[in-house]
Amino acid sequence: MSKILVIAEHLDGKLNSSTARAVTAAAAVKPETIDVLVLADSVDAIAAEAARIEGVSRVLTIARAENAHPLAAVLAPQIAKAAAGYSHVFAPSTTFGKDVLPRVAALLGVAQVSDVMSVEGSHSFKRPIYAGNAIITVEADAGSPVVATIRTASWAAAPSGASNAPVEALTINVALPSHTRFVELQSGNSDRPDLQSARKVVSGGRGVGSKENFDIIFKFADKIGAAVGASRAAVDAGYVPSDLQVGQTGKIIAPELYMAIGISGAIQHLTGIKDAGTIVAINKDGEAPIFEIADFGLVGDLFKIIPELESALG
Amino acid sequence: MKILVGYKRVVDYNVRIQVKPDGSGVVTDGVKLSANPFDDIALEEALRLREKGVAEEVVVVGIGPADLTAHLRNGLAMGANRAIHVVTGDAVQPLAAARVFQKLIEKEQPGLVILGKQAIDDDANQTGQMLAALWDRPQATFASKVEIADGKATVTREVDAGLEVIETELPAVITTDLRLNEPRFIKLPDIMKAKSKPIDTIEFASLGVEAGAPLKTTHYAAPAKRSKGVMVKDAAELVAALKQKGLL
Repeated sequence: MSKILVIAEHLDGKLNSSTARAVTAAAAVKPETIDVLVLADSVDAIAAEAARIEGVSRVLTIARAENAHPLAAVLAPQIAKAAAGYSHVFAPSTTFGKDVLPRVAALLGVAQVSDVMSVEGSHSFKRPIYAGNAIITVEADAGSPVVATIRTASWAAAPSGASNAPVEALTINVALPSHTRFVELQSGNSDRPDLQSARKVVSGGRGVGSKENFDIIFKFADKIGAAVGASRAAVDAGYVPSDLQVGQTGKIIAPELYMAIGISGAIQHLTGIKDAGTIVAINKDGEAPIFEIADFGLVGDLFKIIPELESALG
Repeated sequence: MKILVGYKRVVDYNVRIQVKPDGSGVVTDGVKLSANPFDDIALEEALRLREKGVAEEVVVVGIGPADLTAHLRNGLAMGANRAIHVVTGDAVQPLAAARVFQKLIEKEQPGLVILGKQAIDDDANQTGQMLAALWDRPQATFASKVEIADGKATVTREVDAGLEVIETELPAVITTDLRLNEPRFIKLPDIMKAKSKPIDTIEFASLGVEAGAPLKTTHYAAPAKRSKGVMVKDAAELVAALKQKGLL
């Protein structure tokens, strides 16, 4: 039987919702146990959140000052040790999981399955290659632990609230390197919903025209309670910071509603939104590729249409 | 300091990939091949570090079949001092690639290894991290800014929460994000010059790298198509349609 260790992602003492998505993927393996591992300097609040996720058997914690920031070189040796006895180690395929998990896999001497979209069996998974233009089924070695990152857009978050899994502190005796140090995090903090977990996302592209013009996107998003995203073109043009980029090289998201405004729809952008529930495209070019995948398309000038949308909303 | 740069050849990013109808693979015959875009960025960064006097030598490393030589010549034309070609006809997965680099590091003793953050064919995003683990050295992934001084690298990383700055001792492994730099174009005289630059050829088998248990790909499929949508005539109709679906 499978025993799965899910690595928790967190920031500022709060659990990231990508963790509950990785738990859903873990449950699809139909394992005997799903344990969540929290590595932090102060673990209590994060562990309490993780304990409430349905399907979690135990929450294991490693509280060390060195774990204050998610440095892969520091976390990986602890995770590799904690992984003993587990058949699977999962982490969300976010920048956190992508950074740390291959380091864990190499320490364990095994291959890693990146961006798991579906679980076909305990050692068989589907994942995208070529920017999502092909989906492959891969089989991992049955005799070694499976190390995998979970494509968060493909999995709903496991519900939270009803459970109360026990929390246990782990003592891991492993020397930690001091060759890597955290300096600072410059975050684009805002009161808007988080792009990766938002139910609604409004994205702007090059068609928005300037950094100042992007205010119209922010205002409209606020009006409908949506997160704001952007195409690579808009980020490269300096309209918005790069943490808003949606696409193959940015964030891959799956909101219920995605509104692409002034975005032509390059393959690298479409890769990031293919799993969205309903896609709306607003573009003045009726031939733009975005209309090929949009559920609702509207051809016209965004500076005219957005105020009309706002007034139609009342 | 010497810098090793990973220089993978992949299907060009402009090619629209076709999955073979029998699910046995993707069509790669006659398809245009190019440098992995993230590897061009890695090479550009290494060249800039050499131009700043931080590095003396830049070595591009490719793993692949005999005809990979032409690809490595492009790296030399861009400005690398020399190339190392690890020859194998087999596909090499990230763990084996990391083990190859580990062997080359023992011989070359670089101060820095720069790789792309991911290859646009397998989209794995693993090799740099795995190499750093095997080498037991720092890693700075998804780099959008690199500063090297006093034996340390200060690297700005593109993470989901924003921009994270970390400091690492050297040697280290850095993987490049798109925004690190704009790779230079190759000029004709440089292509001529590249012809006389050395390419060391090493048989994969002679390195004694354990392939381990690679992942087996059992099936290829085209992604599910979204059904055709509808065009609406104005904002009011759009809002009505979204309200009806309970989205607004």
